[in-house]
Amino acid sequence: MQKGLEEQLGLYQKRIPIFTRSVQGPFRRFKTAMLVLAFAVYFLLPWLPWSRLDAPAQAILFDLPGRRFLIFELTVYPQNVIWLALLLFIAAILLFFVTGLVGRAFCGYFCFQTLWTDFFIWIEHKVQGERPARVRLYRQPWDREKIIKIGSTHALWVLASFWTGLTFVAYFTYAPQLVVDFFTGQAAAAAYITIGILTLSTYAAAGLMREQICTYVCPYGRFQSVMYEPETLAVHYDARRGEAAHGRATARAGQRTLAERHEKGLGDCVDCGLCVQVCPTGIDIRDGLQYKCISCGLCIDACNSIMDSFNYPRGLIRYDSEKNLGAAVPAAPRVQWKRLKTVGYGAALILMSATLAYSIGTRGSFDRAVNQIRQPLYVVLSNGDIRNRYQIRITNKVGEEQTYLISARGIPGEALDLGNFREITVKPGHSGLVQASVRLSPQQAAQIRHFEIVITPRGKPAEARSEAVRFDGPGRRP
Amino acid sequence: MSEQKLQSQTVQTTGHAWDGDLQEYNNPLPAWWVYTFYATVIFSIVYWIIYPSWPIGKNWIGGVSKITYVNSEGETKTHSWNTRALLLKDLNKAAVEQKPYFDKVSAMSYEQIAKDPEMNGFILSSGKTLFADNCAPCHQAGGQGMVGFFPNLTDDDWLYGGSFDAIHTTLTGGRRGYMPSFNEVLEGGQIDQLANYVASLSGIQHDGAKAAAGNALFHGNAAACYVCHGSDAKGRKEIGAPNLTDNIWLWADVPATEAQGKVAVIRGVIANGLNKGVMPAWADRLSPEQIKVLTVYVHELGGGQ
Repeated sequence: MQKGLEEQLGLYQKRIPIFTRSVQGPFRRFKTAMLVLAFAVYFLLPWLPWSRLDAPAQAILFDLPGRRFLIFELTVYPQNVIWLALLLFIAAILLFFVTGLVGRAFCGYFCFQTLWTDFFIWIEHKVQGERPARVRLYRQPWDREKIIKIGSTHALWVLASFWTGLTFVAYFTYAPQLVVDFFTGQAAAAAYITIGILTLSTYAAAGLMREQICTYVCPYGRFQSVMYEPETLAVHYDARRGEAAHGRATARAGQRTLAERHEKGLGDCVDCGLCVQVCPTGIDIRDGLQYKCISCGLCIDACNSIMDSFNYPRGLIRYDSEKNLGAAVPAAPRVQWKRLKTVGYGAALILMSATLAYSIGTRGSFDRAVNQIRQPLYVVLSNGDIRNRYQIRITNKVGEEQTYLISARGIPGEALDLGNFREITVKPGHSGLVQASVRLSPQQAAQIRHFEIVITPRGKPAEARSEAVRFDGPGRRP
Repeated sequence: MSEQKLQSQTVQTTGHAWDGDLQEYNNPLPAWWVYTFYATVIFSIVYWIIYPSWPIGKNWIGGVSKITYVNSEGETKTHSWNTRALLLKDLNKAAVEQKPYFDKVSAMSYEQIAKDPEMNGFILSSGKTLFADNCAPCHQAGGQGMVGFFPNLTDDDWLYGGSFDAIHTTLTGGRRGYMPSFNEVLEGGQIDQLANYVASLSGIQHDGAKAAAGNALFHGNAAACYVCHGSDAKGRKEIGAPNLTDNIWLWADVPATEAQGKVAVIRGVIANGLNKGVMPAWADRLSPEQIKVLTVYVHELGGGQ
């Protein structure tokens, strides 16, 4: 189907329609399992109830007006932005790590473009039939049958896209209320706009553009390609076995058994073309590793089914590494991880995941920031004493009002002056601000450079947290 | 070469030929580009109708879109849409949101405000903005002042008193610090003696004999320093005469870092007097609530009295 370069000299190549044939095998089963799992999580999660004191009973709720994300028992505030940074870092490193080992596994099995396209093709298949029926329908004039079948396919796609958009918005507001509000015209404008955009983009990306997103739009495929190494496992056609001395040939009489074929110098590939027909990006894997391949493994399933029917050994198309394929006697393909890059990514992955888990596991019930006031850094008082001031901000992260006691460690008790606020009561999700000043004699100031401000929730001494701060004075370099 | 050949096969020419064989390819713009261009033309026409567009002399075409806001005099104005009016409208909205807090400020006493955690937070944030807008040009962003020009508000020395009421009076009515020049009243040597005495009050290195003579001058009627600075030299807050016995220096500290330099600067102050300690009055420029917020904010800056 690929056109020659000479014919492509125009600026834009017209899309060549792809009608994928369905296939059965372990990779298809894995893809289906991933699709069901991912859709179950995505579409059902916003409906999971979770009892809360101060928010709607929804397990996952990204409460933008309240400036917090509610994720089961965890409440994430903007101050926890480091978790998001860690999560993004982990996701990026995981992608690099996996790509170095088994190629574009993300593209083939987990990417939402792949999942939704797979789902849309499934709808198309259910409505219009198997590949030959769809090709016939495509070629026939616009009669009653074609209008009904194509029309209902697109209608179902739009419906699926709409529910995708609605589900996305349901993560940001109380889901049952959203559905009611949406259909009674009561939902927020942002909800209508977001659902509209997502419906359109899902319909366009999964229904109309499909593999063009991967080929022309998505940057991940391109930069994953440069992470391939000779040891990386990827979907390969064993050209040496498939082509042999005189190339591939159909399995006609006289060249049907392996013995006959090997005698004639023919390869094991019977040129049935099934690997091309099942490919969602419409490529021929036998042309070698190429950037359009999303490494979904469907051609492996297709080829193995043909090999089985001819009683040839399986694995003419298989997961293998370039290095192994190039070896004089290829060994059994296996994941090769003993490389500095892979080990390094693995170590970074473990380290960052542990950091994230530790950070979430040891999160306090409140957030605190103790900032020294820097304008001026210190003040010399009338009797020669030196005063530093600090601004203490306490954010209450639990669901009820809490009183916090503020004290200091490492300075004489009377040096800390909190004015009227030795303790402060903060509403849930709110912040309280206290101005503290510390006054030391010149002799003390010469010795004390650091001390700690301790914040203790009343009645919960175990949750006390301390913050180390500086004490500045004259003649000291800041 | 091969590409040219291919192009000549697939691309049409405009049909003209010059000098026998000179032809021009006809490569029309892509249709999507042309239609996008037409769409932008239509968009711009719609935009002209809705929003201000063409200038006409000193005026302009306002467009059909209107915006309503309340100006600083409290009048409701409707104007053709513009960003200035949009800003004023946004400020109106902010003022409405701030109003309950300012209402609370005017209803509560200073002590109540200082003890209420919520109001305290409001003072710290709104006071900071008001201070930055109005006070920071002289007293600096953190209230640390500038030695030789503007007093430091973060120390515990208050020229005119550090109580809520005193700060309020200072803010409302302003202050004018004045010290007469003694150049023509006293001899050069006498001024030198006085300078050494003032230095001795704060424990700065000085000439003992001169300081003793200066002590007599200070309390005598020839110089009569005690009238303003008090016989204990601790100043008088009613007139803003500073305490000369503490470690706080407003006028006589720049640029002297050594004791001798300091004595010289003190001598300069006595000889030439001071007439630059001017604090403007804010009663006409800020609302009573704003002055109240600033009073509490400034009180907190220096720990108050």
